[in-house]
Amino acid sequence: MSIRLSDIAKHYGRAGRALEPVNLEVAEGELVGLLGPSGSGKTTLLRIIAGLERPDRDPAGRILFGDRDVTDVHVRDRRIGFVFQHYALFRHMTVFDNVAFGLTVLPRRERPSSGEIRARVYRLLEMVQLERFAERYPAQLSGGQQQRVSLARALALRPEVLLLDEPFGALDAKVRQELRRWLRQLHDELGFTSLFVTHDQEEALELSDRVAVMSHGRIEQIDTPDALYHAPANRFVFEFLGDVNHLEGEVRDGVLTCGAARLRTSLPEGRERLLLRPHEVRLAETPSPEAHLPATVTAVSPVGAEVRVELAADWMAEPWLATLRHADYERLGLTRGQRLFAVPRRWHRFTADGRPQPAAPARAAAA
Amino acid sequence: MSQRAARLALPLPARTQRVLPGFGLSLGISLTFVSLVLLLPMTGLVGQLKGLSLAEYWAIVSDSRVVASYTVTIGAAAVAALANAAFGLLMAWVLVRYDFPGKRLLDALMDLPFALPTAVAGITLATLYAGNGWVGALLEPLGLQVAYTWVGIALAMAFTSIPFVVRTVQPVLEDLPPEVDEAAMTLGAGDATGFRRVLLPYLWPALVTGTGLAFVRSLGEFGAIIFIAGNAPFETEITSLMIFVKLQEYDYAGASAIASVVLAVSLALLLAINVWQGRFIRKLHGGRG
Amino acid sequence: MQRIGDAPAVRRGLIAVALLLAGLFLLLPLVAIFAQAFAEGVAVFWTNVSDDYTLAAIGLTLFVTVLTIPICLVFGVALAWLVTRFDFPGRRLLQTLIDIPFAVSPVVAGLVYLLLYGRNGWIGGWLDAHDIQLMFAWPGILMVTIFVTSPFVARELIPLMQAQGSREEEAAVTLGASGWTLFRRVTLPNIRWALLYGVILTNARAVGEFGAVSVVSGAIRGETMTLPLHLEQLYQDYNTVGAFASAALLALLALFTLAAKAGLEWRTARQEVSP
Repeated sequence: MSIRLSDIAKHYGRAGRALEPVNLEVAEGELVGLLGPSGSGKTTLLRIIAGLERPDRDPAGRILFGDRDVTDVHVRDRRIGFVFQHYALFRHMTVFDNVAFGLTVLPRRERPSSGEIRARVYRLLEMVQLERFAERYPAQLSGGQQQRVSLARALALRPEVLLLDEPFGALDAKVRQELRRWLRQLHDELGFTSLFVTHDQEEALELSDRVAVMSHGRIEQIDTPDALYHAPANRFVFEFLGDVNHLEGEVRDGVLTCGAARLRTSLPEGRERLLLRPHEVRLAETPSPEAHLPATVTAVSPVGAEVRVELAADWMAEPWLATLRHADYERLGLTRGQRLFAVPRRWHRFTADGRPQPAAPARAAAA
Repeated sequence: MSQRAARLALPLPARTQRVLPGFGLSLGISLTFVSLVLLLPMTGLVGQLKGLSLAEYWAIVSDSRVVASYTVTIGAAAVAALANAAFGLLMAWVLVRYDFPGKRLLDALMDLPFALPTAVAGITLATLYAGNGWVGALLEPLGLQVAYTWVGIALAMAFTSIPFVVRTVQPVLEDLPPEVDEAAMTLGAGDATGFRRVLLPYLWPALVTGTGLAFVRSLGEFGAIIFIAGNAPFETEITSLMIFVKLQEYDYAGASAIASVVLAVSLALLLAINVWQGRFIRKLHGGRG
Repeated sequence: MQRIGDAPAVRRGLIAVALLLAGLFLLLPLVAIFAQAFAEGVAVFWTNVSDDYTLAAIGLTLFVTVLTIPICLVFGVALAWLVTRFDFPGRRLLQTLIDIPFAVSPVVAGLVYLLLYGRNGWIGGWLDAHDIQLMFAWPGILMVTIFVTSPFVARELIPLMQAQGSREEEAAVTLGASGWTLFRRVTLPNIRWALLYGVILTNARAVGEFGAVSVVSGAIRGETMTLPLHLEQLYQDYNTVGAFASAALLALLALFTLAAKAGLEWRTARQEVSP
């Protein structure tokens, strides 16, 4: 079932706006991530879609599930599945009773027989691989298991819309990875429409068909992970999706100067702020004619596919991060305290109000 | 903007739909109960006081015998509260920090003053501390008279308010992570210094709250005191007893005037304790109270 | 692990002082009650307890308590649900208001009821004209008992329900539960022990209330005397053993209350380790 939001806004008392009027469309069967820092309004938006919060009446926003207008429908009757951040399992009920709860509170006419409830619950528990734990209590399960119970419970009523609030937030990295893969499979198998909230960019990009990046109660951009990373709509999205190095200085006669750092460019005269991804920084033992960016290695982390190198210099407002291949790392023989030169391969620029300006490769890299 | 503010101020906008059920029902029950049981009776007091002129009112509440009762009540309550602060801190400390046989029993015993009807406490203390009682017989030869003196009043007040300090300090002490002790000790603090400079500041808000509650309770205590107080005018009469005496003389106006003073003081103290508690909760949990 | 005050000398000293003081100020009075009650033997105790006036006092006390508990229970649950599950203007004020009975002297509480419902009060006058007497009769005793015991259930529930939060209830709503089902199946199992303890406290206070009841009772022997008033009367009449016989009954109830509390706490502690 598709989800359509128009002009959904929310403010709390005099504290201010939690959500600017938001428009969002999620296609049937799509898996969309709501990504943003804390306080960006992503959880509020999810809870409004669920019906756990009311949107403002001014502007009069609407929420549509397919063709059904659910704006004024109580959460009880929206027929959504909701997975809570800390699971919110009923702690006094067994796993079985938790999963069965939604079925047992159906009006008598619609309620399946107890035999059928039993069969359905066991099918769900099988699906989340917890059939052996049916008689356990939530406190006797690990975090990952509890989250799976919570998911099974949400799916018991066969909702067409599944909403997840930071579903993997409280789990450790390995379990998180596993559950992610598993949720994606489940989603593809059962074909419901899913919306999940996360503050973890990697999780959002890996799991979603599309990601809505939010900040300050606004959706900054909604796009496929690839488009978000390669064509960010504004500086916020660029900076939020990955590490960024800043180079800010004065351009005069085709040279950008910032303290001891100099970079030859074709930019217009005046103040400039350039942004570079860590993989867009090359390290060299000598400065190039185009770039003179002296720096000192302060930390090296050779774990993983790439080597992460932290750089410091007087002219940097914040330390830089560069990633390089192991081969380059070995060739340079990097150690902490070593002095060397950073060479930008390419960089990004944004206007004062955050719009992207044509990104240009640095001349050094082009040469 | 002002339009929006006006709408916000409305408690129940017509289309409000709350997620959890029972708002109307629980609000209805609560407001009905609070109005009928707690607030409505106060109008009786107001009605009675309206019949008094300001001069008459002042004459009653500043009568020398009544003023003497304020002094006795406040003085004894202050002593009782302070004694409880020390006693309660010791008990909370021993119950949280140490393990020893009988600990569970001691812990349970702390609540006795709340569970025991005050009149029972009153006749028991009076009997124990009277000249021929178990304790009184030991103290009297030393020239210490407790029953029928001011000391007896303070004792009865202290007894009935024992749980306040223990039960407010205990949970705070329990929640204190061992790292706090360890940090103090690695920095070279001894037992006394560590307690005074590191632990006491942690417990301070709870200690003050508990002592405040014990004080308020002592001001209003009646049943436990009248048996041991002796009730001699100007010396061992507490204010609650003054109200009671006026009532038995059918002097409703006099009783109301004194009651209004007691009521105002205890409500002001209750409010002060609530505000104080709110402030320290905000301090500990940051921002929201 | 080494902590402040763990030195054996400090430890033993403090425990000894604590036990001594607790023994002197808490245990000794408790022992004294039973010693006095049985001072003249079990037979005399039994005569005192089965005395007609004593039985009447016990009857009235139980009657008032049995009526008080359900009223305070409904109010306490409703109020706790209201202030922990909803945000509305005046929530903090309401929470402060329910503490009034804790702060107000019981004598003052009795007095305000007497002023309102007594013959001279604005409601009492009307009632008197219709020949309805609330004060100096059991309804007055019931009313002030409800007043003084009203905060207990709510005070037990509010911190617990605040700590538990409404996540489980929200989850139940997204699964389609409503109203009574939600309360019975999700909320009640989580608060039942606190609720029970609130009821036990209400019970202890309702049975033992003295100051407020003594103002509105009128002290008619065999009719409007509750057990605490009855023992006061006996004590004033220099019937110490009789007074302590009643006191012993009340002390037994207090011991039951303490045992129940310890039991419930033990249960909760065990539940936290494994349900």
